[in-house]
Amino acid sequence: MRFVDEYRDADKAGALAAKIASMCEPGRHYKFMEVCGGHTHTIYKHGLEDYLPESIQLVHGPGCPVCVIPMGRVDDAIHIAEQPDVIMTSFGDMMRVPGGRGSFFDSKAAGADIRMVYSPLDALKIAKGNPDKHVVFMAIGFETTAPSTAVTVLRAVAEKVENFSIFCNHVTIIPAIKAILESPDLRLDGFLGPGHVSTVIGCRPYEFIARDYGRPLVTAGFEPLDILQSIYMVLKQLAEGRCEVENQYTRVVPWNGNLKALQVIGQVMELRPYFEWRGLGFISHSALKVRQEYASFDTERIFDLPGVRVADPKACQCGEVLKGVLKPWECKVFGTACTPETPIGTCMVSSEGACAAYYNYGRFSRERVKEATRA
Amino acid sequence: MSPPGMSEQRSAAWAEAAVAEHEDHELAQYPSGREHPSREQQVLERIERARRRKPKIKEERITLAHGAGGKATHTLIEAVFLEAFRNPLLEQLDDGAVFTADGARLAFTTDSFVVSPLFFPGGDIGELAVNGTVNDLAMSGARPTYLSAGFILKEGFPVADLQRIASSMARAAEAAGVQVVTGDTKVVQRGKADGCYINTTGVGLIEHGLTLGPSQVRPGDAVLVSGPIGDHGITIMLARGELDIETDLTSDTAPLHGPVEGLLAATTGVRCLRDATRGGVATILNEVARASDVAVVVDERAIPVRDEVRGASEILGIDPLYVASEGRFVAIVDGAKAETALDALRSHPLGEGAAIIGHVKDDPPTLVLLKTEFGGTRIVDVLIGDPLPRIC
Repeated sequence: MRFVDEYRDADKAGALAAKIASMCEPGRHYKFMEVCGGHTHTIYKHGLEDYLPESIQLVHGPGCPVCVIPMGRVDDAIHIAEQPDVIMTSFGDMMRVPGGRGSFFDSKAAGADIRMVYSPLDALKIAKGNPDKHVVFMAIGFETTAPSTAVTVLRAVAEKVENFSIFCNHVTIIPAIKAILESPDLRLDGFLGPGHVSTVIGCRPYEFIARDYGRPLVTAGFEPLDILQSIYMVLKQLAEGRCEVENQYTRVVPWNGNLKALQVIGQVMELRPYFEWRGLGFISHSALKVRQEYASFDTERIFDLPGVRVADPKACQCGEVLKGVLKPWECKVFGTACTPETPIGTCMVSSEGACAAYYNYGRFSRERVKEATRA
Repeated sequence: MSPPGMSEQRSAAWAEAAVAEHEDHELAQYPSGREHPSREQQVLERIERARRRKPKIKEERITLAHGAGGKATHTLIEAVFLEAFRNPLLEQLDDGAVFTADGARLAFTTDSFVVSPLFFPGGDIGELAVNGTVNDLAMSGARPTYLSAGFILKEGFPVADLQRIASSMARAAEAAGVQVVTGDTKVVQRGKADGCYINTTGVGLIEHGLTLGPSQVRPGDAVLVSGPIGDHGITIMLARGELDIETDLTSDTAPLHGPVEGLLAATTGVRCLRDATRGGVATILNEVARASDVAVVVDERAIPVRDEVRGASEILGIDPLYVASEGRFVAIVDGAKAETALDALRSHPLGEGAAIIGHVKDDPPTLVLLKTEFGGTRIVDVLIGDPLPRIC
């Protein structure tokens, strides 16, 4: 199939893997973080680690929009969904995410009207079709999805839809990367930058990572060959003593981003002073809220929210996994108390989380599997 | 840590309970460092022990995941129904029960149909209701004979639609060589049901001496599918009209007793047959790996998937291995008979697209492994809930 097969070519992967292996300094160990959960998913789904030498370890970063929503926010969303005459709408992968007292799925089973949508515009359509109800869109995601939420608010204004609001949980990637860079136990040698976020914000916002923190970053695409090539590009920088921001995903990511999309976000939303990230805690200026001018479309201004913070259990070690200090399976509760069905920590929540990806796709002994897959 | 105004804090009771539940015996500390290379293996074994525990239902209410055919469905069946009805026939948890009555070997099965929309490209709920039960019988190795049909209708449901469904059932029954010999009708108030639900129950005759089932599989066996997978599931998802994707794809719903008959006539090396409905091929292979304590190794490049199904799956972020078909089945046969079985399947119009997709190995037991088209390896796990589209 076009636009898919050419990025999954096993022969090309083999050739790239050989170049990667030859680029590694003997005796040196490398830790690279792929920031985006989409990358984590690709890495495990295609078994990409089979192509990497043992000296390269991939650390799975915080770029999973579903995973980072704190449990208290999920409780708030469920509280809204349970108000009379409210229809809550949400992307599919948010449905299973548990808060302090269950998930959207549980609340739906108990009678709340919660519907899965594929786009915020679908939520607006539901609002127009149900004028006697108030329709809330559970807005989540990084800069990737924020523009479509903002456009939907503008559309609601233009079409004078008055029974629609967004519960804004949009987060911004740069403060999260900064929080990881400033952690004292950081052990990363370089980054694979988030491809889809970069289609909106471009590559320039990452320049401080190379300049101030001395770590190279390559913005990477989402097919397995994209990721292998990006790893090669980071290694090459290290081998040549360079430390820069490079763009592997040029077929989609413009260096300066998408100005129109950024303008729309800025028109409708502004930075919050702080926001809680599951697994990382409170981070300053790391999320967006609806501007005062659009207050009538802001769920937080329309409803009273409980706003109670729910702490992850102490046994949860997601913070360490996100910073690359621990591998997923090294966490005390991995795979026993914490599974994709009952995810205790952020990394197990969605298939893009590091722990869930490892549990779903990589939970096997490499030695024994090598034997089993021999033709 | 909390900023002012958010000092209130509590813990999630369910999460603390899950930690406590595993604390006594599972939260062992493993020594860390490079001198303990077997630590990952220890963790894998610990997980395997946790997975083998008796399933417990944690939810207080039924959720959609309980009906999706994955892990939650399995837990529900074991914790509620098997617990209540336990008997040797039910314990096998096969597509149908096989027993002897008066010297005749019979297969007996039931299935309910709640598909939405009722009419979709390539079929409708009526055809599905006949084929679904016919196929469950065929997978037990039986020749389907008689069906029952029960209808639950919503007040206000158009009679013309019901006539359309009934005549489509009649056509499907004729094609499958079965008769609908008994039935039931209930009407519920508007708002209590969504249009039309159908339950069909069927009996069939087993006319050969083979014992089929997921626990009959052995290392060295070959894994076949009878044609391209996932057509039905993707057709239904697109027919709901929520995605604005248009294709020429139609449901693959079809009666499978024909190709099964051909296969069983061609070789006695057949171990297990399963139609790849809810939960898809992945779910079947996991059942087999667990029931026979074997590894199933599948080659992604060998799995027949239509471009339309692949494309829609890519867009939605779902895996065709979990997507339902209604006219495809998985056959696991003696490895030495793999080619014979393949030829037999391909000689039937409903098996034209058949392929050998993998093999059974002894180690590592209970795992389904996929050699990806990209050249890597991963496991294919049991589905957790419905395959939900990822957002980005």
